[in-house]
Amino acid sequence: MAKAAAKTAHDGPLLDIRNLKIEATVYPPGEEPKQVTIVHGVSLTLQKGKVLGLIGESGAGKSTIGLSSMAYGRGGVKITGGEVILNGRDILKGGAKGVRALRGREVCYVAQSAAAAFNPAHRLMDQVVEAALEHGTGKRAELEKRAVALFRKLSLPNPETIGERYPHQVSGGQLQRVMTAMALCSEPDLIVFDEPTTALDVTTQIDVLAAIKDAIRDTGVAALYITHDLAVVAQVSDEIMVLRHGRLVEWGGTRQIIKEPRQEYTNALVSVHHIEHAEKTPTTAPVLSVKNVTASYGGGEVKVLKNVSVDIHPGQTLAVVGESGSGKSTLARAITGLLPPQEGSITFAGRTLSNALKDRTKNDLRELQMIYQMADVAMNPRQTVGTIIGRPLEFYFNMRGRERDQRIAELLEKIEMGKGFVDRYPAELSGGQKQRVCIARALAAKPKLIICDEVTSALDPLVANGILKLLLALQAEEDVAYMFITHDLATVKAIADSIAVMYRGEVVRYGPKSQVLTPPFDAYTDLLLSSVPEMELGWLEKAIAGRRMAAAGN
Amino acid sequence: MSSPILKLVAQRLALGVVLLFAVSVLIFAGTQILPGDVAQSILGQAATPQALANLREQLGLDDPAYVRYFRWLGGVLTGDLGKALTSGQDIATSIGGRLENTLFLAGCAAVVAVPLAILLGLLAVRYRNGPIDKLISGLALASTSFPEFFIGYLLVYFFAVKWQIFPAISTVFDGMPFLQRLQAVVLPAAALTLVVLAHMMRMTRAAILNVMQSAYIETAELKGLRPIDIIRKHAFPNAIAPVVNVVMLNLAYLVVGVVVIEVIFVYPGMGQYLVDHVTKRDVPVVQAVGLVFAAVYILLNIVADIAAILANPRLRHPK
Repeated sequence: MAKAAAKTAHDGPLLDIRNLKIEATVYPPGEEPKQVTIVHGVSLTLQKGKVLGLIGESGAGKSTIGLSSMAYGRGGVKITGGEVILNGRDILKGGAKGVRALRGREVCYVAQSAAAAFNPAHRLMDQVVEAALEHGTGKRAELEKRAVALFRKLSLPNPETIGERYPHQVSGGQLQRVMTAMALCSEPDLIVFDEPTTALDVTTQIDVLAAIKDAIRDTGVAALYITHDLAVVAQVSDEIMVLRHGRLVEWGGTRQIIKEPRQEYTNALVSVHHIEHAEKTPTTAPVLSVKNVTASYGGGEVKVLKNVSVDIHPGQTLAVVGESGSGKSTLARAITGLLPPQEGSITFAGRTLSNALKDRTKNDLRELQMIYQMADVAMNPRQTVGTIIGRPLEFYFNMRGRERDQRIAELLEKIEMGKGFVDRYPAELSGGQKQRVCIARALAAKPKLIICDEVTSALDPLVANGILKLLLALQAEEDVAYMFITHDLATVKAIADSIAVMYRGEVVRYGPKSQVLTPPFDAYTDLLLSSVPEMELGWLEKAIAGRRMAAAGN
Repeated sequence: MSSPILKLVAQRLALGVVLLFAVSVLIFAGTQILPGDVAQSILGQAATPQALANLREQLGLDDPAYVRYFRWLGGVLTGDLGKALTSGQDIATSIGGRLENTLFLAGCAAVVAVPLAILLGLLAVRYRNGPIDKLISGLALASTSFPEFFIGYLLVYFFAVKWQIFPAISTVFDGMPFLQRLQAVVLPAAALTLVVLAHMMRMTRAAILNVMQSAYIETAELKGLRPIDIIRKHAFPNAIAPVVNVVMLNLAYLVVGVVVIEVIFVYPGMGQYLVDHVTKRDVPVVQAVGLVFAAVYILLNIVADIAAILANPRLRHPK
């Protein structure tokens, strides 16, 4: 841990958090509200101009700790103990007025979803200069000039005029950069970046990441960089702090954390995604065959799938990758009949499926199941796990009574949840457990194919890993095929047998995994693959340089 | 202004016109199925059959219903609402003055009630769940819960009878000086304000509280803005659509729902005019007043719709 003497007025670290304790009131269903401790006595120091990465799974308390540097508790969260010393004074003792004076002046915040964090009713420029105006750091004209300079620095298109636009007129990646400009506009000493690239596509993430990194370097602002993605934080941080369940696990220099982790948990985070999966060769009789499917919204106005053909083989996995808006989920909707294709045909288990959902037989429906990204909204919150899994058994197989209960127990066994969960409600389960219940519900129908739509995207890496391993094990046991929709290429490498890369409604690259991931690549696949952060120091610079060369025509 | 907005606004206006025609059919049909015969009610029980037949022919009552409807509609479109059966006066002229009076009263109540309701709503949000919020909500709900005639008489008792500050009977006439006119309507306007205040205030509070959950409110908090500025600058603009909706509903109520108040204060407005002529079975007047009320309702709702469209930056500034 570097402890370089900072040249500051108060001659100490910029931020010194000592023994921070944070509590929240939770309201468990059917019980009295109770106090839980979210952060148990964490301490950290940050020198001027340095970047500290806070990393951990959800519930680790990283956002909560980050926001404590602005004396802010989200929701019912309260800072109940410890000191937060910023520029030499304890901000927790400053009162409401003192806190308002530092927010947006000394410390600024960049949220995960800039799209939600900007007020839809005001122009971007008004929001960017608002904090600086409020704190009287300059005249409006002068601040707007500064903002335009920042827009230019963050490589936003049309820096002179982008401020006149409203949030909905600007893309997600651009908004994230505008939010960074908004934070920098007050010339703060510290910026809290709270998962600023998590909601973005990989191809966009890399640009935003590079822009943030340059801005930090050029302005000399210090930063707390919060993320669950170790590969991302390794690109921007000087030091990394690993948190778990509100406690410090390990704190060290970036190189040490990713190359020589000292704690087992850190090691698990570093080596996550290492699933060995031998590719299976395609068979002659695919279970699902999509031929030249074209589909559109608005009665043919917006074509969202153009001439798509893919095959899925029994007991194998087809991964469909691409950025948001590329048509991955639309392909799933076309296959399931929710969006009847205009042209093309879908053959499933030797028979041609009718395009529209209402013309399909019960058997067609049974053999083709889906699992979704948001497990908690895909289940009825007022039904128990037993009811949820039992429903397809009753509906498709007419199972009742003991027979059904026995099958439910078997299925729970399969998803490694065992006894004691049958009578629980979804709200009483963790994110990973909810997704497992959804898997069991799909399996209950004894399907030939399960469409998995971003099923691990909302989960923490270690939990996601467990789900992927489970899916692979179930595939071996049940010989079920998967169509696995994802934007995460590491997941693809871990489980796919064949891959379809989609871009703007078209399949741009398709074939067995080994073939798709072997050069020469087409331009889009190359961009996609080179954008996935690698846990390696200096990866970002290399990737950006590689892109510049490509753009220069090499 | 861009084309999608114009298109939406034009759609709303066209819809309003269609709706108004539909309402005119309903009003006409409604008065037709009422029992009784107009000629009979004009001439009384003692009329000879010949006199009745003559009058029917004169009034065109023997024509089929649709012919009479279009004759009536044609009159309405050219500004001729017919003559009152009982007094023989031109309805359009009588309505003109009374509509003006009603709009004046409603306007006075609105000028006080709308800003007050929104301000109280903002304050209730600023001090939400605290004593100020509870006091505001409690008083507003109490004033709504009392029947309007009770509030009216209460005001009359204290301000007109006991302290004698304002007149108990709101007499207005043509050529009355503005200030005097204003003084005459203070009590009925106050009563109306108390009736509509709570609804608007509660809806403003709820709409803003809903917006206060948004991520951009957190952004504003983390900029170090004062709580009242956050509510005013960041929450309120996003709550305009629901607020305008409830305000317009209440304005419509102020115009068409003032019957009781007008009767209590003997105020020469539309409500009293309607009540008088319903009791006298004066069908043309009832039709005309019904149509005017419907038009006011539809117009205010169109205004609410259009305001909601204009308040949405996504529609105002398309990509």
